[in-house]
Amino acid sequence: MTADTQVTDTTDAPGPAGGTLDAVGVSAWFGQRKVLEQVDIVMNSGEVTALIGPSGCGKSTFLRILNRMHELVPAATLAGSVLLDGEDVYGTALALTEVRRRIGMVFQKPNPFPAMSIADNVTAGLKLTGRRPADREALVEECLRRASLWDEVRGRLTAPAGGLSGGQQQRLCIARSLAVRPDVLLMDEPCSALDPTSTRRVEETIGELKEQVTIVIVTHNMQQAQRVSQRCAFFLAEEDSPGRVVEQGPTEQVFQHPEDPRTADYVNGRFG
Amino acid sequence: MDRNPPRGPIREGPGTPVTTETPRTITARLSRGDRVYRAVTTSAAATVLVTIVLITVFLVLTAIPAIQRAGWSFFTTTAWNPDEPSGRFGIAAMMYGTAVTGLIAMVFTVPISIATAVFINEYAPRALKGGLTTAVEVMAAIPSIIFAGWGLHVLIPFLDPMEKWAVDHLGGVFFVFEAREIGSSFFNVGLVISLMAIPITTSIMRAVLAQAPRHECEGALALGATRWGMVRTVVLPFGRGGMIGASMLGLGRALGETMAATLIFSFAFEIKPRLFENGGVTIASGIAIYFKESRELGLSALMAAGAALFLVTFMINLLAARVVDRAERAAR
Ligand SMILES: Nc1ncnc2c1ncn2[C@@H]1O[C@H](COP(=O)(O)OP(=O)(O)OP(=O)(O)O)[C@@H](O)[C@H]1O
Ligand SMILES: [Mg+2]
Repeated sequence: MTADTQVTDTTDAPGPAGGTLDAVGVSAWFGQRKVLEQVDIVMNSGEVTALIGPSGCGKSTFLRILNRMHELVPAATLAGSVLLDGEDVYGTALALTEVRRRIGMVFQKPNPFPAMSIADNVTAGLKLTGRRPADREALVEECLRRASLWDEVRGRLTAPAGGLSGGQQQRLCIARSLAVRPDVLLMDEPCSALDPTSTRRVEETIGELKEQVTIVIVTHNMQQAQRVSQRCAFFLAEEDSPGRVVEQGPTEQVFQHPEDPRTADYVNGRFG
Repeated sequence: MDRNPPRGPIREGPGTPVTTETPRTITARLSRGDRVYRAVTTSAAATVLVTIVLITVFLVLTAIPAIQRAGWSFFTTTAWNPDEPSGRFGIAAMMYGTAVTGLIAMVFTVPISIATAVFINEYAPRALKGGLTTAVEVMAAIPSIIFAGWGLHVLIPFLDPMEKWAVDHLGGVFFVFEAREIGSSFFNVGLVISLMAIPITTSIMRAVLAQAPRHECEGALALGATRWGMVRTVVLPFGRGGMIGASMLGLGRALGETMAATLIFSFAFEIKPRLFENGGVTIASGIAIYFKESRELGLSALMAAGAALFLVTFMINLLAARVVDRAERAAR
């Protein structure tokens, strides 16, 4: 009910590309159980927004609400709205498939199409959305380069993706998401299955991408949140109550000068 | 051996015998309950095997006189007059009819089963899912005589005008549509048989396709795929082996199906490409029709035909089991 206090500025200076995503008064339920309450977050274009918080506080649920994956779960419901450049993604103006194409997602567990070749995986999204790239090879190379996977797979683009390592698969999933040219990229703990080297690569990739794509990332790694994000939101679900955003703001501020003592405890690792 | 003592940090004295290691046999003393249970399950399993062996032996023994009499012509003759002195008989027409009706049945069974399975899993509203799954299982429980009777009295008369039209307009163009009289044809028998193969095929396919990895499905959807796009890129490729296996089990069912052909066919022992024309026979229906009126050699010949059908169905089921098995292992 306090949803409209948020002021959104979508008419940014002629700066970065990508879309601004604005969650307004988002609540969520699984059946009777409320897991998110009144979440308001603005995810600006040109920025990386990090979502942090203890396990089970609703970060993934929130992320999946942003690109309408939440409704795939039986008995999952939600309230509030999500605006992509001012337009409600749950409204009738945007088609469901269009919403998901414009707001891409990288999952915690790498999920390439294992029997498909590496190159076909990259272009799978285009095929699925009924489009044909003008220059397929160039697109494959570009996306794989942006996901910093090109050098490792350039010699075996026709090999099945199931044969890649977990970290490579995750970067392939990033490349696959980029190929459909999303305005926003949601990443749910994209590095949790990766080794330090791959993690650093993905973080670099995020840094390079943020000029073109708005990025929202869930992470349990406090250093990572500080390294990659400009803004940060701290989620917390206190005993038997739904998850809420306790504090949000510039990452620097949330980590160095948190206003809420619970935030301070969490970012300094003093949390149960 | 004693001259080469094993080298190692511990030197053995000259008198120490060298022990060669062998894995010990592991025995477990079963509790009484376990022993009883094992005996019960073992004998149950043995019953299955013994039955198969006994049936096979019975088939082979009874078939021998007919095979001896007919020789190789048993496989090439279309006529069936075993009980007449020096009458010729063989399974060529029956085998042809079995294959053709089975094939026609599969032409309907496979696409309908895939579509139904995909619909139940991916498109049906949640409230409908359980009901539809049950409906498929209920359909599998309908006795084949009822399918056959319904086919004969309802489905075939209903299709009659359409078949007539097809025969009139296409008969001159494609020889499969040529027919003098229509109604009790390979096509109609195959169609009715498909109704009996669809339930088992659908329910296996549904179970296989339901195993498609959800996180890959979500990956497709998150790229902006439609449901159908997701089914095409993730669900169907994943289920391909299982679907082939399910189809072959359905085919096994169709080949052995007796009632539809017995009730619907006007019997004709010929090999012909005219799928809509009256007349035909399958092995199962041939046996059903002739069993009572056959005398010694006739019975022997029928058993030989039955053995041939058994062999074909057995091979198909064996192959199907292997395909399903491999698909399951690949999916894991
Ligand atoms: N499919 C589901 N059905 C029912 N409850 C669910 C489902 N998914 C999540 N939940 C519940 O919703 C709450 C929030 O879960 P969510 O996955 O969003 O947490 P999270 O912050 O992402 O946790 P983690 O950091 O462990 O990934 C949890 O209490 C969880 O039990
Ligand atoms: Mg999560």
